[in-house]
Amino acid sequence: MSILVNKNTNVLVQGITGKEGSFHATKCLEYGTKIVAGVTPFKGGSRFNNSVPVYNTIDEAKKTHRIDATMVFVPAGFAASGIIEAIEAEIPLIVCITEGIPVMDMLNVKAALNSSNSIMIGPNCPGVITADECKIGIMPGFIHKKGKIGVLSRSGTLTYEAVDQLTKAGLGETTCIGIGGDPIIGTPFIPLLKMFEDDPETSAVVMIGEIGGTAEEEASEFIKKNMKKPVIGFIAGKTAPEGKRMGHAGAIISGGKGTASDKLKTLEKNGVYIADNPSVIGDTAKKALKLS
Amino acid sequence: MDIHEYQAKEILNKHGIKTLGSILCHSPEEVYRAYQTLLSPIVVVKAQVHAGGRGKGGGVKIAKSGDEARSIAEKMLGMTLVTAQTGKEGKIVRKVLVESGAQISKEFYLSLTVDRKNAAVAFVVSAEGGMEIEEVSKSHPEKILTISIKPFHGLRSHHVLKILLFLGLDKTFLGDLSGLLFHLYDAFIREDMSMLEINPLILTSSNEFIPLDAKIILDDNSIFRHPYFNDYIDEGEENPLEVKAKNAGLNYIKLDGNVGCMVNGAGLAMATMDTIKEFGASPANFLDVGGTADSKRVETAFNILLSDKKVKGIFINIFGGIVKCDMVAEGVVTAAKNIGLTLPVVVRLEGTNAEEAARLIENSGMNFIVGRSLADGAKKISEIVKK
Repeated sequence: MSILVNKNTNVLVQGITGKEGSFHATKCLEYGTKIVAGVTPFKGGSRFNNSVPVYNTIDEAKKTHRIDATMVFVPAGFAASGIIEAIEAEIPLIVCITEGIPVMDMLNVKAALNSSNSIMIGPNCPGVITADECKIGIMPGFIHKKGKIGVLSRSGTLTYEAVDQLTKAGLGETTCIGIGGDPIIGTPFIPLLKMFEDDPETSAVVMIGEIGGTAEEEASEFIKKNMKKPVIGFIAGKTAPEGKRMGHAGAIISGGKGTASDKLKTLEKNGVYIADNPSVIGDTAKKALKLS
Repeated sequence: MDIHEYQAKEILNKHGIKTLGSILCHSPEEVYRAYQTLLSPIVVVKAQVHAGGRGKGGGVKIAKSGDEARSIAEKMLGMTLVTAQTGKEGKIVRKVLVESGAQISKEFYLSLTVDRKNAAVAFVVSAEGGMEIEEVSKSHPEKILTISIKPFHGLRSHHVLKILLFLGLDKTFLGDLSGLLFHLYDAFIREDMSMLEINPLILTSSNEFIPLDAKIILDDNSIFRHPYFNDYIDEGEENPLEVKAKNAGLNYIKLDGNVGCMVNGAGLAMATMDTIKEFGASPANFLDVGGTADSKRVETAFNILLSDKKVKGIFINIFGGIVKCDMVAEGVVTAAKNIGLTLPVVVRLEGTNAEEAARLIENSGMNFIVGRSLADGAKKISEIVKK
């Protein structure tokens, strides 16, 4: 078991012939991901890497393939359209890697998601990976090893840092999800925390947050009320100045709200195990599981 | 992206929202002439900088004659305006807006923002106009009304009614307030704003609603469908190093410490700054070099870090996932040799080919030290700069 994706997940890639899309689709195929089809407008009928069939639209692809998930590499200006196409085609899982989608577009995407059964991860995220089974995203596959920790994060490379530690500490991971660094994202922490709580293979969850918004605070209220499994938390941005956007569009402290220290206080109060700095995430996970 | 008050008012005018007559000026002479042109006995001279709280810092002054307006402008143009939002280094005033006066009968606060939690557009209103809304929200939260508008529902008449009643206005104002709110909502959506703040919104003695001040933040990501946003960029308002970095595709924010940081990924960059602080030193900057840390980008990044004279040492922290660490190491060594770098540099490279990378760094003949982990690297650079 794991959450969201596994070795049987049939994956579509939207934007498969683009620069980023083709590079990462190749890496995902090497990892063992079952990429069954790709979509690029006006490239229908061709084959990607001489094997994966390419279609003009998702509807065309669906006529021949069962599709469980789609990986979206469509450029920012057209990404909302690509996502809504996937929602209309009733693809159960949409993983959007694209960075720089306007917030107004995301408000509409979010409304479309709310009236559908699709789950979306991202945008502006590294993607989803179930160790040794299925990689839908741009994360380096080799740092992941099958194990017992679920990972949720708003960041990219910082997630790799945490995963690397969990692997080296011998704990390994079940599923790792980058939920995205934008102000409006498809799926926040809470529904994913619930999935990890219900997943028999996951023993603990590492949650990596950062400054801006109140997603971590809300997640910690949920953890206190609904989770028996330990959750290890880290918040990036203790040294960030107010009013400056720290790389991610969502990472900004405004009007004194969204600071790391406020978030850490709330997390601690709600029973989350705090890693004071990113280099002790692995050790904190061991302590939380009473392994050291 | 931040824009000036006069630009914000241009956008409002475009969407049918009336503002007071005003003229943008760059010299005291222009201000004098503006007074004559506006035909208003009282004018307000307002410093145009990307920061709020201008009034308290001396950036907003009233003049009752052309001579008075000119002498105010002589002092204001070129001054360094320090407000609660500029930081202690302040902002240089390069232009002023001269605006007609108005008879004010009431002042309100009104803003639109993106409501992240509900994925909606939020109207925030208060009858406490002209005050800092953060202060009001702390001392009198009951005096603020927030209404979230789902994009699918849109702004509707009952929303306007709630706002009218909350502001204590009677039904004779419903038509005018409704017109204003619909125009504002429309402008917010169509122009891809992240924030639109009118503080104060005034009701004049002749019962007209007029935005006296306007602050707009536009969504940088939507620039592809609003090419005119490019005309609104004012590089004079930004830190020159941050502009240089942006043009090179790097994400740099200057801070106060003395450890220069070069990291790939925004989250890891923030976490690296935090870890340096844990070891008792202080980061000089946030710098995300992005996914492709090749020698050209690293060289630009080095140059930007070195332009900050406070920097005493550099910490490079790269998690090479898709990129190979030995390639990054070669890039770092080449870049450092090209610019003749002498400052101590701690390099931590993790991921694919990390061992080869560490050997390249150690044998480079440069003033390089290998960090074995994020904590080890942060500790080493902190010890170096504290000496």
